[in-house]
Amino acid sequence: MNSLWAVTVATLVKDIRLEWRSKDALNSMLFFSLLVVVIFVFSFDPLAEESRHIVGGLVWIAFLFAAVVALNQTWARELRNQVLDAYRVSPAPANGLFLAKTLGNFIFVCVLEALMTPLFVIFYNLHVLGPAWQLIPVALLGTWALVVNGTFFAAMSLRTRNREIMLPLLLFPVSIPAVIGMVAGTTAILTGENSAHFYIVLLLTYDVVFTTASLALFKAILHAE
Amino acid sequence: MKKLFLILAGLTALFLAYATYLALKVAPTDALQGDVYRIIYYHVPSAWTAFLLFFINFIASVQYLARTKASLQKAVQWVVIAIGVIGVIATFLPQVQALLPAGMRPSAVATTVLAIPAFYFLLGWKFPGDRMDMLALTAAEVGVVFCTIVLVTGPIWARPVWGIWWAPGDIRLTSTLVLWLIYVSYLVLRRFSNSAQTQIIAAALAVFGALDVPLVYFSIWFFRTQHPQPVIGGGGSMDPRMLHTLLISWMAFLCFAFLVCWSRFRLELLKREAEQAEAMESLVGAGTAAKASVPLSRSAR
Repeated sequence: MNSLWAVTVATLVKDIRLEWRSKDALNSMLFFSLLVVVIFVFSFDPLAEESRHIVGGLVWIAFLFAAVVALNQTWARELRNQVLDAYRVSPAPANGLFLAKTLGNFIFVCVLEALMTPLFVIFYNLHVLGPAWQLIPVALLGTWALVVNGTFFAAMSLRTRNREIMLPLLLFPVSIPAVIGMVAGTTAILTGENSAHFYIVLLLTYDVVFTTASLALFKAILHAE
Repeated sequence: MKKLFLILAGLTALFLAYATYLALKVAPTDALQGDVYRIIYYHVPSAWTAFLLFFINFIASVQYLARTKASLQKAVQWVVIAIGVIGVIATFLPQVQALLPAGMRPSAVATTVLAIPAFYFLLGWKFPGDRMDMLALTAAEVGVVFCTIVLVTGPIWARPVWGIWWAPGDIRLTSTLVLWLIYVSYLVLRRFSNSAQTQIIAAALAVFGALDVPLVYFSIWFFRTQHPQPVIGGGGSMDPRMLHTLLISWMAFLCFAFLVCWSRFRLELLKREAEQAEAMESLVGAGTAAKASVPLSRSAR
């Protein structure tokens, strides 16, 4: 347990430091989701009263695509200089590596969301009618759902041709219940028409199920070579 | 083997023809929908066959993953036995029975639950080693074909009956569509990954997909209870002749699916054998390669 924690923290700190110095993932994600927001603003009339109903979907589409940009870079870094092979032969627990990568992506996507949400509020004149604090659990649980599966599938698609295309192809079908939970939960809170409790429970269940499954299977995936 | 296949193919063709005759001639016309409803004898058996094949894919994938370690294999075996025993006992408890939807018999649920350990051990016994992975691939491929039939015939049926091609909030339509998407992504993964480790990666994805299915179901179920949709048929009682025709159709479809799976499985077996022989040839030369491919081809015959 101790070594798991040590590996997790060490890898996480390393990743964050690398990201802090290069800002590769964060910059590309930010610019990408900014583009999505601008295109949406041109496509729909943002002043319409309808915006409250559609913005839940738009926000999460922007974050979903932006997250894929970051997720694709997760393991690419470790392929250079055969770092991943070194991990494989080392006795360090595989799940430590997985947890560190997932936490790192989680932090990056959360930063992105924190920076992008004000933009959505400005562009779409948003005014939350439901209990606004519930947006936080929906966002956190939804982000974790995306990131935990995304990190796992990114590791899986490492072994495939065209791995950049493979990741969304694998990730999106399995993420559909989570996406329903995020979008419907956000819409429910924004419009205040119904309660978001069910969606929070759904996201929580999804997170627990897939975090467990990823941790159980990651070793097999990492050593599959 | 080839002769047996041809005989079975002929019998299946006859069986399918008989099922079509029953569906078009013998089964009575539906009081509300008229003759349009007869697509049910094509739509529903395809759906059941597809779900059965996806179930086989899941069992095969779990077993393939479990086989990577002996201790894991033991543990999974006990879990499967426990699921069977607890599931059967649970369906006869009044508390659990209260949760079952109306019209679902506890004995039917218990039989379905029993299918999990039964399939697990039957497949484990019949498909040693890498054949388990070939079975998973075969089941997924044929399952996707049947699932496509379901998704195509569904809207054709829905248009005259409900007045719309597609009911976006309907639980069965949407969860079948998501199921189809998941298994298509499984096949795409298998197509794009040609390393030696495709099997493990694909098995992991199949497990993820199967875990996803109940979540998809619940998420849409809640969606629908909030926004009622034009009703789906079903519920109520069915004319016994209709049910009889439906079951005969399903049997015929199962025979057909079995035949397709069989030939697909053999094709995969021969393909891998050829690949192995080729790899051997490039490694040590033609003489050894011929010898190396013997164990597989003997069982293939």
